[in-house]
Amino acid sequence: MNIVFVGHVDHGKSTLIGRLLYDTGSLPPDKIEEVRKTCEMLGKEMEFGFILDHLQEEREQGITIDTCQIFFKTEKRDYVIIDAPGHVEFIKNMITGASQADAAILIIDAKEGVKEQTKRHAYILGMLGMKKVIVLINKMDLVDYKQERFNEVKQEITEFLKKINVEPSYIIPIVAKDGDNIAKKSEKMDWYKGETFLNCLDSFSLPEKKKNKLLRFPVQDVYKVDDKRIIAGRIESGTIKQGEEIVVLPEKTKTKVNSVEKLFQDPTHAEAGESIGITTEDPLFIERGNIICHPDNLPEVTSTIKANVFWMSKQDFNINEIITMKISTQEVSAKIEKIEKKINSSTLEEINEEKDKLKNNEVGTMIIKTLSPVVIDDFNYVPELGRFVFEKDMITSAGGIIAF
Amino acid sequence: MDYLDELESKSIYIIREAYKQFHDIAMLWSIGKDSSTLLWLCRKAFFGKIPFPVVHIDTGYKFKKMTEWRDSYSKEWNLNLIVGRNEEAIKAGIGPKNKLACCNALKTEALKQTINKHKFRALLLGIRRDEHGIRSKERYFSPRNQEFKWNYKDQPPELWDQFKSRQSDEEHIRVHPLLHWKEVDIWEYIKRENIPIIDLYFAKNKKRYRSIGCECCCSPIESDADDINKIIHELKTTNTSERAGRAQDKESVYTMQKLRSLGYM
Ligand SMILES: Nc1nc2c(ncn2[C@@H]2O[C@H](COP(=O)(O)OP(=O)(O)O)[C@@H](O)[C@H]2O)c(=O)[nH]1
Repeated sequence: MNIVFVGHVDHGKSTLIGRLLYDTGSLPPDKIEEVRKTCEMLGKEMEFGFILDHLQEEREQGITIDTCQIFFKTEKRDYVIIDAPGHVEFIKNMITGASQADAAILIIDAKEGVKEQTKRHAYILGMLGMKKVIVLINKMDLVDYKQERFNEVKQEITEFLKKINVEPSYIIPIVAKDGDNIAKKSEKMDWYKGETFLNCLDSFSLPEKKKNKLLRFPVQDVYKVDDKRIIAGRIESGTIKQGEEIVVLPEKTKTKVNSVEKLFQDPTHAEAGESIGITTEDPLFIERGNIICHPDNLPEVTSTIKANVFWMSKQDFNINEIITMKISTQEVSAKIEKIEKKINSSTLEEINEEKDKLKNNEVGTMIIKTLSPVVIDDFNYVPELGRFVFEKDMITSAGGIIAF
Repeated sequence: MDYLDELESKSIYIIREAYKQFHDIAMLWSIGKDSSTLLWLCRKAFFGKIPFPVVHIDTGYKFKKMTEWRDSYSKEWNLNLIVGRNEEAIKAGIGPKNKLACCNALKTEALKQTINKHKFRALLLGIRRDEHGIRSKERYFSPRNQEFKWNYKDQPPELWDQFKSRQSDEEHIRVHPLLHWKEVDIWEYIKRENIPIIDLYFAKNKKRYRSIGCECCCSPIESDADDINKIIHELKTTNTSERAGRAQDKESVYTMQKLRSLGYM
């Protein structure tokens, strides 16, 4: 299971992760030793946060630069931690991290309460459709382990999350530095009757398989292998079987599956998640970006899309400017026709100036026109066809979720 | 689909994306367990017929067994093998006395020469995030400049399996399809798929190599693990890190970083 840690800078993400790795026995002794020595050299007491900061430069700067992955395990399962930094300039890294996660942990300093980055990160989690969220209220030692303060911060964050449709599964008071309520229940906060953080994490169920849904097979490439023309790709939802009828979008041409191909195997069917190949009965012209489906319940084919877009490039993005849009394996030229609404992702305030452009870290609800038709689905049903990126000057500059 | 199926499917997806976007691509094969797994996945991705060259950088200090192994399997699997050697530096007698200079000349330079000669625009590499701290910063598609420099502080975002698909003339892309695998996953997969693996990894006289490279810079670890099951068991119970046996890493925490910024994989 992939988890991501977000929250305002200095609220304790690195410390918590260091502590987690330590408490679950996931650290090689040579690493702990390395960190201990570094702290000694710097004349500090053991900083659990340093465990993450392998790079010398980070140690000097004192901030985590980039998303970084580490592993730990509980009795229930393995976890991959994607650490996301709290510094405002690196929001694109936070999005990179959060987009790969199954669950998110939002950390808030009990003394400082909800801050700008707390809100912005929470907003992004909401936009990405994150369903499993745990809120940790950290540094309870600094507020004398008081339940009143916990409740204040709890209320503050709950109210904000409600506005953006994020419902946290748990809200837990912790002390990352000392390990209270992380692997072990805190003796200093007996007023907290809930589970420890690790138990809460273990209670989440893994994302369900999508094999029972409708077939969506985006074509990645076509290979000629010996005398076969193999259509290669990954099934994003549903199941494909030898002999059954399929429709190739956006043209809506029909044919049948001649064979399902995998090296060293002779499969008759394949399901969601598998990278496979197929051959078809008729020699149709099929290319990258085509979406293969079953004849019933086809996805939408359109060239007008309404979407929420998070812009994350220093260069502004103007309406009517041509940009590359990538939806699964589909790649088309597109432009924003109109920005309906623009908001500050942290204050949630509507921005009414310069509604003809999006600037770094701004979110907008907009109408997009694609220059050729694209195949889309509801994000909540088949996420792979309900989200997209914009690429500008050869770099991914925005992420978007299609609104239905 | 089980856990290994998921790892495999994601890697195959990335390999196919890389080939589609950058046709002038090659795969780096060190003969080690990770790049041998990557090679296996490439064979699967393209249904047995890898459409690009497989590059092996030969420093002249590799275990002899590795060269024999390489030649025999590249024949069996019908690979388009390219061996890269910095002949000049080898003739000049550059060797492991000065490790940084040696790696730089015999690996980095040799690789640069090979890339320039064959005009590769992208390279597939079998690195994993859990290998070393610095590797955890990697993206799946990671641009380098002409000097192979990696600007890890300002990397483009990478989300939802949408990877960088265009490059400028100066750019060279490193693609890392195994980034999300762990050391033990590699062994579990090798076992399941029956991937042929060089026997340096298996214990003889209570010693085995956990990571292989140049003979002079690898030291074996104490181990009884003389088959895959025992290696898997060992990895699940040990907690020293993988590269503990590599001279490179022992020298200083910063050597790796220096090599990295000089362009060494
Ligand atoms: N008193 C106290 N300090 C903490 C706690 N957790 C973290 N800190 C300190 O808060 C500072 C910032 O923590 P860090 O983990 O680097 O925050 P990050 O920026 O969110 O990764 C460090 O000096 C930590 O030692 C805690 O539970 N109690």
